[in-house]
Amino acid sequence: MAVETLGSRSRAKVSPWNDPVIRGWVFQIIVVGLVGLLAWFLVSNTLENLQRQKIASGFDYLGREAGFEIGDTMIAYSPASTYARAILVGMLNTLKVAVLGIFMCTILGTLIGIGRLSPNWLLAKVCEGYVEMFRNVPLLLWLFLIYKLISEAFPGPRQAINVLDSFFLSNRGLYFPVPLASPVHAWMGIALLVGIAATFVMKRWAKKRQDATGQPFPVIWTGAGLVLGLPILVWLLGGAPHQMSWPQLKGFNFDGGTVIQPEFTALLVGLVLYTSAFVAEIVRSGILALNKGQSEAAMAIGLSRTQVMRLVLLPQALRIIVPPMTSQYLNITKNSSLAIAIGYPDLVASVNVTINQTGQAIENILIIMAAYLSVSLSISAFMNWYNKRIALRER
Amino acid sequence: MTDAMPVGERRQLAPPTVDTGAFGWARKNLFSSWGNSLTTIVLALFFGWLLSWFLNWALFTATFDAKTGAECRGHGACWALIHEKYRYIFFGSFPYEQHWRPLFAVIAMLAMLVLSADRRMWNKRLLLIWGVGTFVTFLLMFGQLHISIGLILFVALAAGGLGMILHGTIASPAEINGWRALAAIGAIGLLLRLFGVLPAWSLAIAPLSYVETGLWGGIPVTMILATYGLVFAFPFGILLALGRRSNLPLIKGLCVGFIELIRGVPLISLLIMASVMLPLFLPSGMTIDKFLRAQVAVILFAGAYIAEIVRGGLQSLPKGQFEAADAMGLSYAQKTTLIILPQALRVVIPPLINTFIGFFKDTSLVLIIGIFDFLNTANQALVDPNWAGFPGEVYLFAAFVYFCFCFSMSRYSKHLEIELNKGTRR
Repeated sequence: MAVETLGSRSRAKVSPWNDPVIRGWVFQIIVVGLVGLLAWFLVSNTLENLQRQKIASGFDYLGREAGFEIGDTMIAYSPASTYARAILVGMLNTLKVAVLGIFMCTILGTLIGIGRLSPNWLLAKVCEGYVEMFRNVPLLLWLFLIYKLISEAFPGPRQAINVLDSFFLSNRGLYFPVPLASPVHAWMGIALLVGIAATFVMKRWAKKRQDATGQPFPVIWTGAGLVLGLPILVWLLGGAPHQMSWPQLKGFNFDGGTVIQPEFTALLVGLVLYTSAFVAEIVRSGILALNKGQSEAAMAIGLSRTQVMRLVLLPQALRIIVPPMTSQYLNITKNSSLAIAIGYPDLVASVNVTINQTGQAIENILIIMAAYLSVSLSISAFMNWYNKRIALRER
Repeated sequence: MTDAMPVGERRQLAPPTVDTGAFGWARKNLFSSWGNSLTTIVLALFFGWLLSWFLNWALFTATFDAKTGAECRGHGACWALIHEKYRYIFFGSFPYEQHWRPLFAVIAMLAMLVLSADRRMWNKRLLLIWGVGTFVTFLLMFGQLHISIGLILFVALAAGGLGMILHGTIASPAEINGWRALAAIGAIGLLLRLFGVLPAWSLAIAPLSYVETGLWGGIPVTMILATYGLVFAFPFGILLALGRRSNLPLIKGLCVGFIELIRGVPLISLLIMASVMLPLFLPSGMTIDKFLRAQVAVILFAGAYIAEIVRGGLQSLPKGQFEAADAMGLSYAQKTTLIILPQALRVVIPPLINTFIGFFKDTSLVLIIGIFDFLNTANQALVDPNWAGFPGEVYLFAAFVYFCFCFSMSRYSKHLEIELNKGTRR
């Protein structure tokens, strides 16, 4: 900006050689030209190499049959499905791990971060030890260790740990019964959404009432009742369908029910334990950054230690915590790509198989990058919106 | 209250015994309330049980001496496995009788890092330390170095150019002429080499047998990837950060685009890209070593992250610093190198060390593209059928080594943060 004002005022007085605006443009054109030259060099080489190695280009392969198995699928998939569907399955798995991971590491990390500030010496030291232990060792090593422990420590399917004939824990994962699909489930889903919406409305009303009359309203309990109660009510009204699919040992593995696979468990547990250490540090420094008078004043008006934390310290610390927390959420999403190392079929793993089968590296890597960029940008956009919402409004 | 008492009758009372000593400390820190006491007891019981189990496994029932894994079965930890495999875990497939070479290379790199940690070395001596350290490390690892004339001329050009920019205003005329001469020799030489006037001379230093990068493994690989990844990413990241803060729209757009693209995708995707796409980018017949490809990916990745840290340092400077430098009539290069960067970089040294810790850990991802870093050699040690079934021991050992590196660095970073803030703290 400084350059522009300087240039526009005194353009007539300086020689073109010394005019900062002209200089700036010359410099920019040179740099962009050099970058363009490099890009042209790379692209022309690539085209030549592709032609020489007879590798097809374009995204036509996406419609062809993939032909590989995927162990964990959220949507219907078989080796006869297309590459596009295989990549979509991988993407959904990535999102599943990322969403669950973000949710769990926030809770665990916050607890550990608060624990480090506890007046109880032992608890504080335990939390500190946890943070140092997980922060200073690579995530990949934790993933390997947890994965190997699960597959070595648990017995095979035939000797599976049996809980009430319905939960079977073995090195193939945790098998448990699920209800058979029924039309009532869709209505229960709608009831859940209605419950969540009603809770939001109630929270607004409760806040308005508290602002007006000073009387608090048990929002959490009523909300929990609405969110859980409405679906249960719909289930009862729908005739309470209770047919279940039970896991049963058939041959060398279980059939029926559903399974949480060891790869998924290892990935999720590893990601959550590792990222929680970083989240804990963020929460701790956010709370420590607050003025000491805040907690002293809160204790002086007679709030309990939990109330001080919940009503006074955490809401204020949130403002400091949110920006670094955003980058941890992005990290956990990106780190979920380590799934490939322990054999969980996430996006990168699916695409990697596709690269090996089709040889079309460029298109596939573009897909990975576009997918991660759009996820990263959506998380940042959401967190920026949230950050603005909770920011201190000054005059 | 005490004022009411005549001065002569004041008596110094010892504090109540329940508030002092080990007992008082425990009462205050462990048993201050019912909830606290309960927490303490539960935690103490749980960790006491965990510790006794771990000690039993790792020490009392452990096997320290065994010929094969079969002798370890039914006992606790099998440390004999580590004893058997530690040479492989540390140095990978490097020729066995030559293991002293990676060992001394690691010592050279450690010495280089430790010496650079000392603030008294933060001047021209640092260049000397890194020059000698790098030369020794790679001479030991490769065994033979062929330094081509092109590289020597390029270094001369770069050194001369940097000397002209950085020392242009504060050096004596003789020194400036020296830098100019160096740059000119480099530039003319490179042109002559480009048009084939100069032959492809190279300086061969070959005291040892040549070991290709495919055989490198273990700790030296992890350390080289992390250290040189960051060393090359640092100037690159500074340029990106300056570009991002620039007023020139095209430059700014390029830098923002690059930084956000790299930071938005996982390192694995860059590594896969480096391993499968980089060969396509190059003219046919020209190949790049797999190790170098991974190193390039790490440099590009680290550059984007360092750029954001340096940007933080640049933003922390008050506007007056920029304006004052402009008012003095300094050029952009002078303003940046003499006024802005010295202040901005001082602020970002502790976060940079934290980034280094992060990259030291993240280099473990190169195992995905088949490079034998420390984690990968540890992983490979498990494959031996004679020693199957003891993953915990090997991973714990590897975790311990990583922990020693990262923990000491994070302590250093904390110490440095306090040191560097001494001037501003009251």
